[in-house]
Amino acid sequence: MARLIRMDGTGHTTLAEWTAADDVAFAEAVEEFRSQTELGWIGTVPDGPGKATHVRELPREADLVIMRRPIAGG
Amino acid sequence: MAAGQALPELAAVPWRTRTDAHWLRRWGRIWHAWTLLYTVPFVIAGAGMLWLEPLAAPVALGAFAHAWIIPELYAFRGASVVRPKGPRNEAAEPTAQGLLGDLLGHEERELQRRTGLALERGELGVWLMGEAGALLVTPNRRRVHCYCVRTTEPELPPSDRVAHLLLALRVDEEGFATVANHAFAGAPWRVRRRLPERMRPAVDEARRAARS
Repeated sequence: MARLIRMDGTGHTTLAEWTAADDVAFAEAVEEFRSQTELGWIGTVPDGPGKATHVRELPREADLVIMRRPIAGG
Repeated sequence: MAAGQALPELAAVPWRTRTDAHWLRRWGRIWHAWTLLYTVPFVIAGAGMLWLEPLAAPVALGAFAHAWIIPELYAFRGASVVRPKGPRNEAAEPTAQGLLGDLLGHEERELQRRTGLALERGELGVWLMGEAGALLVTPNRRRVHCYCVRTTEPELPPSDRVAHLLLALRVDEEGFATVANHAFAGAPWRVRRRLPERMRPAVDEARRAARS
């Protein structure tokens, strides 16, 4: 089952879960993803060792999508 | 670079030149020259004073002390980028540690748990990611670049702060180095000796990884 999670003050929170066959669950996950990006969260898909992709739309085929806050020089 | 592969945070620093291997080499040489510039004159002055007038030894010692202390302060500043900072958030840390562990390989996970620094191999060299900063060991292992960089959410548990930096680095390594503030460049031993003791093995491991 694919998951949309957000790295927040609790460690992380699971926002949505879906499977490729479940259109309703995926539509809810897409809605959740959009609401998070509007709040300034950034969607990232870990692609295995050393690689990740920034996503602007929720990819249906991804196993895990992580919402993170922006980074900045300290 | 494909639009989806550029770090979105680059939009906040449009005036910065994109950091690449050439930029790092040039900046490393500048730091090297700068170190010589603020060290050698004090050494020459101290030696000159002793040669001209041995009774000036106390003043010469002051000059030698300057030549030693100033590089040490710069190295301390560099090492400080990866020191633990901010709230520990101990209730949420185990959950965050689990997620960070999932993002790392077995050896990197063990190293991160022992030292607090996550090792990541990149095109520019080997990175050590801390809670609010990163060290980059160059491929020739002769230099470490120290970067101040953090998530904009300071209340996150420490492992989540590391995971934020790790994910951003994996999306766009050069973009990550561009967004981060360069704090210091110098020999690895200069940074290593100024790190908390538990972090020092991570620098050794990064140097080994840079060689392989």
